[in-house]
Amino acid sequence: MPEKNAVEMRGVTKRYPRVLACDGVDLSIRQGEIHAIIGENGAGKSTLMKILYGMVRPDEGSITLNGKSLTGHSASDSIRLGLGMVHQHFMLIDPFTVAENVVLGIEPVRAGLFIDGRTARERVERLSSEYGLALAPDERIENLSVGLEQRAEIVKVLYRGADILILDEPTGVLTPQEVTELFVVLRALRESGRTIIFITHKLNEVIELADRVTVMRDGRVTGVVSAAETTPAELARMMVGRDVLLRVERREATPGEAVLVVNKLSAVGRKGTHVLDHVSLKIRSGEILGIAGVHGNGQTELVDAITGLHATSSGNVTLSGTDITNLRPRTIRDLGVAHVPEDRLERGLVPEFTVAENLLLGHHHRAGYSKRGLIDVAKMEEHARELIVEHDLRPADSSISASHLSGGNQQKLIVAREFDGAPALLIASQPTRGVDIGAIEFVHTNILKMRDAGAAVLLVSAELSEIMTLSDRIAVMYGGRIVQEFEGGTVSEEELGRYMTGAAGAEAAVEAEGTAEATGAAGGTA
Amino acid sequence: MFELVVLDSALRMATPLILASLGGLFSERSGVVNIALEGILLTGAFASILATYYTGDPWVGVAAGIFAGILVSLIHAAVTVIFKADQIVSGVAINLLAAGATQFLTWITWGSSSNSPPVVGMAPWSLPEAWGPVARGINVVIGHYPPLVYVALVAVAAAHVVLWHTPFGLRLRATGEHPGAVDAIGVSVRKMRFAGILLSGALAGLGGAFLALNTHQFVKNMSAGRGYIALAAMIFGKWNPVGAALACLLFGYAEAVQMGLQGQQVPSQFVQMIPYVLTMVALVGVIGRTRPPAALGKPY
Ligand SMILES: Nc1ncnc2c1ncn2[C@@H]1O[C@H](COP(=O)(O)OP(=O)(O)O)[C@@H](O)[C@H]1O
Ligand SMILES: [Mg+2]
Repeated sequence: MPEKNAVEMRGVTKRYPRVLACDGVDLSIRQGEIHAIIGENGAGKSTLMKILYGMVRPDEGSITLNGKSLTGHSASDSIRLGLGMVHQHFMLIDPFTVAENVVLGIEPVRAGLFIDGRTARERVERLSSEYGLALAPDERIENLSVGLEQRAEIVKVLYRGADILILDEPTGVLTPQEVTELFVVLRALRESGRTIIFITHKLNEVIELADRVTVMRDGRVTGVVSAAETTPAELARMMVGRDVLLRVERREATPGEAVLVVNKLSAVGRKGTHVLDHVSLKIRSGEILGIAGVHGNGQTELVDAITGLHATSSGNVTLSGTDITNLRPRTIRDLGVAHVPEDRLERGLVPEFTVAENLLLGHHHRAGYSKRGLIDVAKMEEHARELIVEHDLRPADSSISASHLSGGNQQKLIVAREFDGAPALLIASQPTRGVDIGAIEFVHTNILKMRDAGAAVLLVSAELSEIMTLSDRIAVMYGGRIVQEFEGGTVSEEELGRYMTGAAGAEAAVEAEGTAEATGAAGGTA
Repeated sequence: MFELVVLDSALRMATPLILASLGGLFSERSGVVNIALEGILLTGAFASILATYYTGDPWVGVAAGIFAGILVSLIHAAVTVIFKADQIVSGVAINLLAAGATQFLTWITWGSSSNSPPVVGMAPWSLPEAWGPVARGINVVIGHYPPLVYVALVAVAAAHVVLWHTPFGLRLRATGEHPGAVDAIGVSVRKMRFAGILLSGALAGLGGAFLALNTHQFVKNMSAGRGYIALAAMIFGKWNPVGAALACLLFGYAEAVQMGLQGQQVPSQFVQMIPYVLTMVALVGVIGRTRPPAALGKPY
């Protein structure tokens, strides 16, 4: 019954210079269903969707959309046929208002010439209230939270009359509350007869929301199952091609002496705002402190302030009793601080450098690797070979440039370099962002290994499940402050989520002041 | 220093700057740096004199200036949008090319390496006296300027309306902020950027025509950095037509004052520095935060 399918893709293949992104993919989406497409990073999900949407030309294959066969179509063709896409990286124009973003490209006009602002606002209001999206049409995108930005994207798609919606990894950037709210909206859209293609790599979401699931691995479809009849373990096996540990084994922590003590640390951001507001925390050797929070609430600045990358305005940081406040990054590193930065291409690597060079960065000036200002190339190569074998970097070639590694292997490279040489303090910021399950397993196992070897670990992650599995203690940051601290295992994702959005923060902030005092006092005597 | 003569000459000095900076605005709002304004002004100036010389009609000269501006900007558009080359390098190359080519053609056409013979200019516009005292009053205040002065002022208002109140303007600005988003909704980034750059060429070509027709002849390198000053004015005006025009008037005023000061104590070089100093002051944020289009200078 082909007329019942909203989307039919047959034998779709797309070759990029270095990879086969889609390899003979078949995909059928039924009218009115929520269909999940899951797969690890790099499996080809986004590419497949961009092909369907008309932003990427396939090398082979046929596509039928709402009963119409498409060849060489563009995005405007598929929009006309009722397809809409909410991209993984939002396609919104920051200084424009919500209404301007929504109508862009199909603007209502008056007098045949001018944009009809009132009609634009009314349409946005109507669509937004119909699905309970609570969007203000005149608000500028730059002032919206990520959750609201996503809603603006959804309204943008609905305004274009889409009856098939593609959402590419929509939950990656949301808090648990926002995810719940998004699911309500998506179910309402299904009720209204629309078809939804939902891309994710989070297994629980699939089971909760989807009707059917297509699993992809390495550009190929490895299974199509009904969500009601599958389990996370089965989906994971289809995604990865082997049994995986969805949760790493961890033993109880045996904390020792305080290693990192942060005492009432404040910092001012580029726009003159207080990005850090009297933050105090303490991490002992052999324990992991996880920092949960919505991106942009001071986590980045906290890590940068500790590592010497962001100047502080008051307060101090001590490492095993030594004051390291506002020292130079290299001095801080040499005192035993390792840092896995949140943006691996920006700060973790020099993509154009070889694997061997990248593995040496930050250790390059140390005795043994350089002599009289010259790098000992033989030592560098030897060091690289050891780390590559020890951490199973692939391909095992120290001479290729780091930009040619997959995201997962780039991250493994950084972990291999930073964990080398027994640091006293390990700071891992978004250590598994955008890497595959295999690499996640690797990173998590290694973080725990470092902890058990006696390192103090500061873990910052937007991924709540990561915080919950690894942390011995959890601190929540909101608006540049630590609003609450929990013992690991004593708190639910939902509760963390409430603190992360400030909903439960008001009275807690006052309490946190109290604990801050206490920690500060402890830090003083340590 | 606020004598009427100075104000009068300030407005004339500002006119080519205003036209060129509006041109720069359309290009930069689409995300393409147009440092080629300098070369376009010069080419427009040359083409307008050439056409006026052969037809005796300055309006044909104006059309030729616009046309030449569009042709030159077409090179910039092809190089930066289709071949995605560096926008600054393309602009600098065009400026060098324009300086050489106009001088060479001046020599070929008129046998002079420095300037053309004089041509007829444009008659100033004013309201007919017969319309009564109101018309006469208007003439006293803002009358008797060459037509392109009024065209430039109307163009400022028109640019404002186009950029902020029409679908074209919305899409153009969107292209300069986030071309990926424009592409994703099925609007062609290439078309929008071509439109921005060609409009830029037309306006700067028109500015060049005014520059030359106002002095009744072409003189080699007569643009004399005005393209860069126009770009500076656009930045000083925070990428807004009205702001850019006000900055041009300010710079035009400085230029007029400088001419009045000639032979006096203040070295003219100091006055010539004013636009650039003000622009640097603007860039470091003294007049409030300036925000260029987010995708400015990035090929797509
Ligand atoms: N424009 C491109 N050029 C080259 N390679 C690409 C491009 N887009 C995607 N790829 C590659 O294709 C593969 C699939 O990518 P993608 O579809 O984004 O995966 P997913 O969305 O499942 O994470 C990856 O290896 C990626 O590096
Ligand atoms: Mg993707």
